[in-house]
Amino acid sequence: MADQATAIRNAPLAGLRGGSPAAILTPAAPASRISLRAAADAVSALSAALGVTLPVRPKTSASTGGRHALWLGPDEWLVIDEDGKDLMAAAASSGVLHSAVDISHRNSAVIVSGPGAEVAINSGCPQDLSLAIFPVGACSRTVLGKVEIVLFRTAKDVFRVECWRSFSPYVFGLLSEGAEDAGH
Amino acid sequence: MSGAHRISGAGRLTPARTARFTFDGRTLTALEGDTVASALLAHGIHLVGRSFKYHRPRGILSAGAEEPNALLDVSRDAARRQPNVRATVQEVFDGMKVSSQNRWPSLAFDVGGFNDLLSPFFAAGFYYKTFMWPKAAWHKLYEPFIRRAAGLGVAPTEADPDHYASRYVHCDVLVVGAGVAGLSAALAAAQAGAKVILCDEQSELGGALHYDSGTVIDGKPGYEWAQATGKALAGRDNVTVLTRTTAFGYYNHNFVGLIERVTDHLASPGKALPRERLWQVRAKKVILANGAIERHMVFANNDRPGIMLASAGRTYLNHFGVAVGSKVGIYTAHDSAYEAAFDLRKAGVAVPVIVDSRDKPGEAVLNEARRLGIEVLTGHSVVNTAGKLRISSISVSRRGGGAARKITVDALLVCAGWTPSVHLFSQSRGKVKFDAATERFLPGTYAQECLSIGACNGTDDLQATIDEALAAGELAARAAGAENGSQLAISGENAFAWTGGMIGAAEGAGADTTVKAFIDFQHDVCAKDIRLAVREGMHSIEHIKRFTTNGMASDQGKLSNMHGLAIAAEALGKEIPQVGLTTFRQPYTPVTFGAIVNHSRGSLFDPARKTPMHAWEEEQGAEFEDVGNWKRAWFYPKAGETMHEAVARECKTVRDVAGVFDASTLGKIEVVGPDAAKFLNLMYTNAWDNLKPGRCRYGIMLRDDGFVYDDGVVGRLAEDRFHVTTTTGGAPRVMHHMEDYLQTEFPHLKVWLTSTTEQWAVIAVQGPKAREIIAPLVEGIDLSNEAFPHMSVAEGRICGVPTRLFRMSFTGELGFEVNVPADYGQAVWEAIWARAEPMGACAYGTETMHVLRAEKGYIIVGQDTDGTLTPDDAGLSWAVSKKKPDFVGIRGLKRPDLVKDGRKQLVGLLAKDPKVVLEEGAQIVADPNEPKPMTMLGHVTSSYWSENCGRSIALAMVAGGRERLGQTLYIPMADRTIAVEVSDMVFFDKEGGRLHG
Repeated sequence: MADQATAIRNAPLAGLRGGSPAAILTPAAPASRISLRAAADAVSALSAALGVTLPVRPKTSASTGGRHALWLGPDEWLVIDEDGKDLMAAAASSGVLHSAVDISHRNSAVIVSGPGAEVAINSGCPQDLSLAIFPVGACSRTVLGKVEIVLFRTAKDVFRVECWRSFSPYVFGLLSEGAEDAGH
Repeated sequence: MSGAHRISGAGRLTPARTARFTFDGRTLTALEGDTVASALLAHGIHLVGRSFKYHRPRGILSAGAEEPNALLDVSRDAARRQPNVRATVQEVFDGMKVSSQNRWPSLAFDVGGFNDLLSPFFAAGFYYKTFMWPKAAWHKLYEPFIRRAAGLGVAPTEADPDHYASRYVHCDVLVVGAGVAGLSAALAAAQAGAKVILCDEQSELGGALHYDSGTVIDGKPGYEWAQATGKALAGRDNVTVLTRTTAFGYYNHNFVGLIERVTDHLASPGKALPRERLWQVRAKKVILANGAIERHMVFANNDRPGIMLASAGRTYLNHFGVAVGSKVGIYTAHDSAYEAAFDLRKAGVAVPVIVDSRDKPGEAVLNEARRLGIEVLTGHSVVNTAGKLRISSISVSRRGGGAARKITVDALLVCAGWTPSVHLFSQSRGKVKFDAATERFLPGTYAQECLSIGACNGTDDLQATIDEALAAGELAARAAGAENGSQLAISGENAFAWTGGMIGAAEGAGADTTVKAFIDFQHDVCAKDIRLAVREGMHSIEHIKRFTTNGMASDQGKLSNMHGLAIAAEALGKEIPQVGLTTFRQPYTPVTFGAIVNHSRGSLFDPARKTPMHAWEEEQGAEFEDVGNWKRAWFYPKAGETMHEAVARECKTVRDVAGVFDASTLGKIEVVGPDAAKFLNLMYTNAWDNLKPGRCRYGIMLRDDGFVYDDGVVGRLAEDRFHVTTTTGGAPRVMHHMEDYLQTEFPHLKVWLTSTTEQWAVIAVQGPKAREIIAPLVEGIDLSNEAFPHMSVAEGRICGVPTRLFRMSFTGELGFEVNVPADYGQAVWEAIWARAEPMGACAYGTETMHVLRAEKGYIIVGQDTDGTLTPDDAGLSWAVSKKKPDFVGIRGLKRPDLVKDGRKQLVGLLAKDPKVVLEEGAQIVADPNEPKPMTMLGHVTSSYWSENCGRSIALAMVAGGRERLGQTLYIPMADRTIAVEVSDMVFFDKEGGRLHG
């Protein structure tokens, strides 16, 4: 039975483009993701296994190439590998007590870029996104309108907005309105 | 032209820039920058509406947001029509249509005016008394009548085509109000390095400098200084200046709501622009520079068109270049009104008299009046006015009586003094204190990080205001973390210092009970109404307010509250602070629903969650039902099929061949860690230690009171990893319930929870041919009964992608649930469908799923349970471990009420007539002839036509249900009584052999 053609992927926002000149919206490419849970004593071994230093301060992240570890809670990280590498295996190789759960398909992401990116996101997100308070690399599990997102600033004018798959059309729609208003 | 009453050379508008609009069908020309009020006044139009209760002719009273009278219907087109717009705030744009309200057949002749003659019957509280009996008449007669007669504008019926935006923003210092005080404070805060937002409700900055004529700041006329300062501020990187922006609400933790009116003043706004923008500001410090609102004088017939606030008269003259009359009298108790007289006189308008209720006005203004040759009557009152649709004369008499002198006027400017705007301060939960010397409430005890400055803080002197503002701006900036000093000095001088002021009824209000001396114009409340309220026994200002409705109109008593309070205090013989002040509530001025809702409309009103297979289901013509936020395929009608026919076909096909069902919405939680089984032992009633990896078990979860909370199948993937499923609707709360217990009760357990609901697309393949359908697609899992029996789980591959394959069933048939990573869901579904369809299988929806599970007596938590059923009540006591020492709900289950006989239990019901499908929710009785109220034994929870059983089936909660097997019970309906027989809950394949096929 091994001659079955491999099923194709249908990402929820595939093909969408949106936003305004002030804030461009692009669906992020598929990526590997795990929800990583572990106690403090496992952090260094997991960091070594994953090749990225798990941050331990709130609202911070660490990146190595396309691999990002986002602090979500005292024992919780969202680890994203933009190249689709096997994060489950990497975490398992740590040999220390942890929980890693594959959520590559649970989340999808929208990249918001441009000078109005902050304003676009602030149309539905109540956080202070000024560079001083939410610098490059900052991340936070927060809300956008009526849904939960993980917000991650990857550059001065670029944010990655992670949300659950079925909420992504809503997130894209709300960001589109925010992006439109950001141009005015 | 832009109006005969425009005075050339006066005002700040540009004569060449005109805009045309209509008022009650008449086309008028205005100047750009005009408000509707100034444009109407330029054409000599004072009469703009009829009052709320008495339908009295009303004019324009103010020039600002406090306007109670001039409420108009303003429209851009049929759908963009807004009632009750304040003419003093709305700017004119080319092509706008303005109509007066609350009049029929016309503004000048209004039939409703007879209410004024009947006014003895419409005293305060009249509808509480008059319309008490008969009770039934309230809904049918009184209320509709009152609503029709008393309403103001008419709400539009078309959907609002505009859109509204929203922004959250943080700043160091939010300055509310851009008069002298606000501008100075913003300047100082900005100079100190703070991130500043300055907002003002008017279209241009300057506040009171709009009407001012004599103020000089840093060597410039006040208004010019304000514009230059505003420009300088707007040019700074650390300052945002928002005009046409009202701070309408001050909430907890320095959270302030602003409404920015973006397009209401534009003739042809770009489609991309929002009509309004809601700003939700979190400020480290708030500076309140809200200014003060001028009060009117309370005297007989003080509501005629042509009577307006003195500062308004000055605004129309000095800013808009409009004379509000040609013979303008002044009636005041405060020096500020004198300046109106001076400005008018200098512009060539006759000012026949200044009537001052005081014996001693300020000397400077008195001297200037004399110098200009204006007659001043001190110690006098206006005791009445005349004029039908516009004031034509006033009657003046010396205080204490004496003959009244009639003076011809066509406008009367009034001023009883200034009420500091403590609205936002009070909304911040700050406590005001009464300053007896100046008879005003001022900010007292602060509750939040804010500072009041200038007129709203009772600071009257201009230089003192500037100094206070500069200090506050710097202080706030530094407290918010700004590093620099501001080093600012601004000098200001006004023409005259002001004294005076009064609150309550003036001499001309009379002490009697018939004189209409209005305090609340919008709700037609007079001084006599307050006195009546006190006579009727109201002693608290809160009761007086509600009895008279004083201050309860859309202007929220900006002009009337202090007058009402003073009159009440006098009638009660108490000091004002003892009578108290009513609470200031958000919003400061009316806010549109559009702005509050902003983006949350249409598809953004609520997220519509769709499964990975949704597009396919749509293509197949599925009907969808809402389950929580999910859109679930409900049934798949073929051409010409009714829902009943489609469901019957689907039900039959699943049992005869097979069916494919989208179960992706089921909640999924991955429980991982060495203590995972221990944790599940505590969360579920079942035992989990003995569940081997690769096997599944149906679990029941209770609340701590012992009632069923959720259920689902749990698969053990490894010693330390479980795949938990929950009901669709229960997914978030079950996750929170488990997380709550883990963190608060069982923190010692090494286990973590992760929601994986959306990681997996779930394709249920159910029916005799289920195995045959999926087998060729699956790699690495032996699907035989021996290797993979009912209630198994295995990881492998399907269509080349990873799967968690479950052998389980919610239909009673041989069944599999194929879990694949969500993005592969549609492709795998299509591959399965490509095999299923030629075999004669169908796609089925939630309705068929419900019927099939009911045929097997499988319950749905939330439908067959209602939060008061124990596992035993639901016939599930087999799922409750007798050996476990503890689980959530174990003590609850031992409560006497939960173990006693006669509890409601789930049973099956079979209608004696098999064609009759019972109504879900219908009540069940033992004796159909029992007189009402009948003894109700329970109700029907699930009821369907079962094509597979060839009859109707139902589940029901019935008291002592299992004891009643075989009994006949009755269901009384509106038109008949249905006899039913109590049965067990399994209607199809009672032995359960098909599960293992």
